[in-house]
Amino acid sequence: MNVRQSTNGASVIVVGGGVTGLSTAWWLARSGIDVMVIEKGIVGWGASGRNGGGATHQHSPLFAEEQQLWPQMEELLGYPTEYRPKRVRLAISEQQMQEAKPGFDRMLRQGFPAEWLDAKQIRDLVPLAAEHVVGGVYFERGGHANPQRTVQAYAWAVQDLGGRILQHTRVMGFERRADSVTAVRTTAGDFSCDQLVVAAGPQTGLLSRLLGTEVPVAPARADMIVTEPLPLMPIGGVDGNSLYGRQTLRGNLAYGGGPHEWLRVSNSSEGQRPSSPLALNIAKRLSEIFPKARHIRIIRSWAGIVENTPDGRPVIDRLPTAINAVFATMSSVGFGLSPASGRAICELVMQGKCSFADLSDFRLSRFGNLSPSWREELGWIPPESEGNHASAA
Amino acid sequence: MKDQGYYRKEHGACSVQKTWSLQLVTLADTRSTYGKSLEIREHAQLLVVGAGPAGLAAALEAVRRGLRVVLVDEHPVDYATMATDVPFHFGQRMSGAVRNRGRMLERIVEADSQFAQAFEAGIDIRLGIAAWGLFTHEAGLRWVRTRIAGLTNGEEVWFLQYDAAILATGRRDVGLAFPGWNLPGVMGVTAADTLLRRYDALEARDLLVVGSGAEATAFAMQAQKSSRLIVALVEAGDTTVDQNGSQRLAAAGVPIFTKSMIASANGGTEGLQSATIVALGNSSEKRSVACDTVVLASGVTSAIELLDVAGAKIVFCPERGGHVPATDAEGRTSVPMLFAAGDCTGITPDKSRDPQVAADEGCRAASAAAAALSINAGRNWSVPTATPSTTSEIALADRIAWANAQLAVADQGTHVCQCEEVSATDLIGVRPPRYLERNQPATCARSLATLAADGPINQDQIKRLTRAGMGVCQGRRCREQIGAILAAVTRTPLTEIPLPTYRAPVRPLPLSAFAATEEAAVLAENWDVWFGIESQFEEPLPKRFR
Repeated sequence: MNVRQSTNGASVIVVGGGVTGLSTAWWLARSGIDVMVIEKGIVGWGASGRNGGGATHQHSPLFAEEQQLWPQMEELLGYPTEYRPKRVRLAISEQQMQEAKPGFDRMLRQGFPAEWLDAKQIRDLVPLAAEHVVGGVYFERGGHANPQRTVQAYAWAVQDLGGRILQHTRVMGFERRADSVTAVRTTAGDFSCDQLVVAAGPQTGLLSRLLGTEVPVAPARADMIVTEPLPLMPIGGVDGNSLYGRQTLRGNLAYGGGPHEWLRVSNSSEGQRPSSPLALNIAKRLSEIFPKARHIRIIRSWAGIVENTPDGRPVIDRLPTAINAVFATMSSVGFGLSPASGRAICELVMQGKCSFADLSDFRLSRFGNLSPSWREELGWIPPESEGNHASAA
Repeated sequence: MKDQGYYRKEHGACSVQKTWSLQLVTLADTRSTYGKSLEIREHAQLLVVGAGPAGLAAALEAVRRGLRVVLVDEHPVDYATMATDVPFHFGQRMSGAVRNRGRMLERIVEADSQFAQAFEAGIDIRLGIAAWGLFTHEAGLRWVRTRIAGLTNGEEVWFLQYDAAILATGRRDVGLAFPGWNLPGVMGVTAADTLLRRYDALEARDLLVVGSGAEATAFAMQAQKSSRLIVALVEAGDTTVDQNGSQRLAAAGVPIFTKSMIASANGGTEGLQSATIVALGNSSEKRSVACDTVVLASGVTSAIELLDVAGAKIVFCPERGGHVPATDAEGRTSVPMLFAAGDCTGITPDKSRDPQVAADEGCRAASAAAAALSINAGRNWSVPTATPSTTSEIALADRIAWANAQLAVADQGTHVCQCEEVSATDLIGVRPPRYLERNQPATCARSLATLAADGPINQDQIKRLTRAGMGVCQGRRCREQIGAILAAVTRTPLTEIPLPTYRAPVRPLPLSAFAATEEAAVLAENWDVWFGIESQFEEPLPKRFR
């Protein structure tokens, strides 16, 4: 690949300064590629910097690579990520124990250890756990990290390797020659490129449309809450009671779960309000698994906007209508997989294929016969507004 | 229960909607907020938050105009909450009397004669009830059909639906870090004034006042009347801000030090014993004054957290004390049917001196709310254009003067953010928190300067990297001073640093308060850990997509 440094372009331009785009840029920069990241706001300002921080994805073909990379990331990047290994999923009912089984089986199938724990074993690892805990599962692999710190680590590491990051820069369009993208038009001017990567989260669909193919995604909002710090438990990565989350290294409990709200596709900036009444429902469920923390106070809540594909699985593929453009969405589960997803996208850009994982499940062609009204057919629609009531009546 | 009629009506309206929406509900994603509802416990035609001069006046005016009013106020705040410096910087100077809740309730009612009128007028007054969130039907929250407030008594949380609301949430202290400012006995002027006049529970005898604005002088005179000794007034600027008030204090024998800063508060676990004052620009000119309390009156700011959570447009207005909601002359905010009045719309010297100014604002907001309710104005709400900020150079310079003064006296152990133990040096170096490896070479090479080279300074970004402002006091003691330090160090105009966002709950609330929450069955039955997309975590890939 052509390695060059120019002020008005880069060999590879990555659109989207979220965790997937930044990891991709970092892997490219590590390989000596001149790379530029274009981000509409601040790096990691979307869901990449505000999520559960989980790194336990035994359903993904990228899981093995994720697990191999996470323990090394802090050293490779040169900045803290707050990564900690291990994961517990606890159950406070027999039904929740059964619900843990598919994940347990997948972990074994991926070739990693998984253990069933009884109530006492759970309480040893998770001292806050309720007396009425039934049991749970323990994963040696998998873990958690601090999303915002990790995203910033990627961004700074990209810069340390000579890559450029343009924040507060919006993509307005693309310039093309035949079926290749030659430049990205932005609010900061035009930037030429040999190859393009788009990992723009909820905006990925709109950007792909500009290049003649639609990567089907639907944006939605999800909520989390944070408590004041507590003494550290032996294991911080604890899920359960239909909540996901972790105890941070500072000691705060950060948890989410429950209903998401589908947003309108046409307006990429909607739904940004950081707090919602769901904080109450998440807190209620958290108090059910950690009754010993009853006196602990909730001090914050937040929401992030994530996108999902029709089957909830990633797309990492070249666009048929723009052969030098790789589009990527991790379909709402991107943070933890980022060390591996960035590497996979980097290899796809540089070599045309991924050497360490089978990405055939992530092909865009699987949505070839998708109905234009797929969101409505799946019921992925915003709650009706008051105005709609009137017009429907 | 007087709200029964309302519930019946609402129920009837819902069943009409259901016949239409049922077909869609069967198709809609059951794991989404579509079709979900909230358990709403009660209803108010007009909700007024805050029973200070503005809130009480608003409630009384609204009743006069025939509205049904619920007035909530978080005072009396319990001792444990005060001990975490919420909602004001109490600095552990509340006396044990605060533990007597019944007495404090009486005391707060006695402190303002308007309460008696308000009770007589039939206003539903709820003391000791805090509003922790305000939510409206909007993108991302479309499932919230109406306008609701999250309320709490500290032991449980619930929702109240309102047709219109007036926020009269008052003001809040602005912190100022210096060595020893974490000692018991260092407190904010709003806390001191509240304990003195509202609670009659200020445990302080000899007070040093930092700052010379109207808040500082008004408090100092009030404290003198209540047999407290004001040992000195310290001002970082070249001259006092409230010159008349300062002259009166000086005439009464209070030493006033301008171009000066408190260099340290000295004492031990028992609390404060003395303070050291230093002349700015001449660090050898120091003097020690005996005092048991330092009152920080170098800045106060509007309590806008509920307004921000509600989505009201916020503007930076230095001459009104900092960030305030964009309002028109009648207190309309940018959120339909949401009004603001009193200190939370901005703090001016005349407001600090005379409660009638806030009361007048409350009356105007109540009149406007009554008019808006009578014509159902929520549907065609015109967003007030922000009062063009006549960016007051004086007010801005004052803030930066204090920021520079605090940087001049700070040492490594001076934590701007007490909760998370973040110093000014940590802020300037954008250093990771103490529990992480802080000395990696790459980390050390990063700083505010490198961050500023990558884009405009953003306090929320710095907050997440350093943790400054992420503690249990919810940034109350450090938020504004961090902004001023960032502005001073990077030479960025304060007006250009975006407001760090506020989040619900705007008061720290124990998990136990949520445990007994009533939850709509439709929400509980469809709760899923993530999106509930079957194929998301299954393998192999579903056939229809192969």
